[in-house]
Amino acid sequence: MRDVVVIGAGMTQFGELWNKSIKDIFVEAALKAIEDAGVDHIDSMYVGAMSPGLFVGQEHLGAVMADYLGVTPIPATHVESACASGGASFRQAFLEVASGASEIVLAGGVEKMTDGADVTEALATAADQEYEVYQGITFPGLYALIARAHMERYGTTREQLAAVAVKNHRNGAKNPNAQFRSEVTAEQVMKSTMVADPLRLLDCSPVSDGGAAVIVASMDVAKKLKKNPIRVIASAQSSDTIALHSRKDITTLNSVVKAAEKAYKIADKKPADIHLVEVHDCFTIAEIVTTEDLGFFEKGKGGEAAEKGWTSIECKRIPVNTSGGLKSKGHPVGATGVAQIIELYEQLNGTAGSRQVQGARVGMAQNMGGTGASCVIHILEAS
Amino acid sequence: MITARYHREIPQRYRLEAGKCLACGHLSFPPRLVCPECKAKKFETVTLSDEGTLVTFTVVRVASDKFSKETPFPVGIVELNGGVRVTAQIADANIDELKIGQKLRIVFRRIQDDGKAGILCYGYKAIMA
Repeated sequence: MRDVVVIGAGMTQFGELWNKSIKDIFVEAALKAIEDAGVDHIDSMYVGAMSPGLFVGQEHLGAVMADYLGVTPIPATHVESACASGGASFRQAFLEVASGASEIVLAGGVEKMTDGADVTEALATAADQEYEVYQGITFPGLYALIARAHMERYGTTREQLAAVAVKNHRNGAKNPNAQFRSEVTAEQVMKSTMVADPLRLLDCSPVSDGGAAVIVASMDVAKKLKKNPIRVIASAQSSDTIALHSRKDITTLNSVVKAAEKAYKIADKKPADIHLVEVHDCFTIAEIVTTEDLGFFEKGKGGEAAEKGWTSIECKRIPVNTSGGLKSKGHPVGATGVAQIIELYEQLNGTAGSRQVQGARVGMAQNMGGTGASCVIHILEAS
Repeated sequence: MITARYHREIPQRYRLEAGKCLACGHLSFPPRLVCPECKAKKFETVTLSDEGTLVTFTVVRVASDKFSKETPFPVGIVELNGGVRVTAQIADANIDELKIGQKLRIVFRRIQDDGKAGILCYGYKAIMA
């Protein structure tokens, strides 16, 4: 496969965007990405979205967005892998350019969650509808099952969960596109409303609207445009059982372990070579588990790492979620995986402002769907 | 819920019927067409044990609209004797007394309904053994 690079990025503010439709949101992000890349056309496009059918009653999102972006008749496809839809969208664009089928592809993601749908019910469709959701379990509930088991087995504490939220809000406060640009204290997290024991409101990513898009291109295109290209040095994806209860060990996300093994091998890197990582912290426990399963910390030590500040921008052992993560930046589901790539793009270009990890040259993005039934991992490197 | 969709899950929800792989003996609940362990495609129907152990649990306090009148309710993963795990509500329990490792028994209960005009939907819940 040939070299593939990211040459442009654009996103909307994440938050409750009541005056903007799903079309407005996606097109705004896509136009920003196209302008940032400085390209005069795109060969094709992908739109990651988890459930526009349930959230706004609209499917066929590829064609909808190509139409409103004014780029018909190019190929335009909606990509869905639950909460990993954005990462899967980016991977499709990567594969299309890597294969030589296209030169310039837009990888986007969008979700419009505040138009009145039963969000809890819509998100639960990422789990097993007949054998999990039928019983009344919710997504916070499923991650709470993981959290309780992790606490029992490894001694992970309530304070360690809170430390993840505190750190991600501190980072998000520095991100102009974040939904919550305010810091929180551990006490506030631990006194917030209980959602599904032991997870509280401030352990959960919010309900968000937002869009994100990047322009993926061949190295030839990047050279012609005289862009400083950010290379995609690994793209890997794995799956696991749809139901959490079908797994032998519910404190490990095997899709994350497997996708990470593949990504490190493809990129010829190891965890110590990664300068920053965006992980899928849909709930605080998810950041603890994924930082372990990606190999940054020994199994069972993710909580301790968060509490000791090893994941902060300043510590540099491995800065995690410099963007604020899903927790603070917001989680418009389909946009999330693309927004993670945008954070890497900014960090590796040295344009992340007060969130900048000094000297960052290699970054990883880990995006997952459901309780880890899908996982997409990318590694990017500055040229 | 459409009646046909409800009806076809009744052997599992009412009677805990699973598929036992004729090649390797692995139990699949619900039954599948391909054994996830050995990839064989022939099964016999067996009934799972109604006794088990609590693997992990939570208390759902914010539910989807359909379950919003039931909150708070505990839900756990129960490992039935024989090794199959299921997600189930834990009924009639004192929330503060729930513990991982707790012995549980599966019972037949109403799970949800389709509103005033719809069907009542039944299935399994767990209770303290």
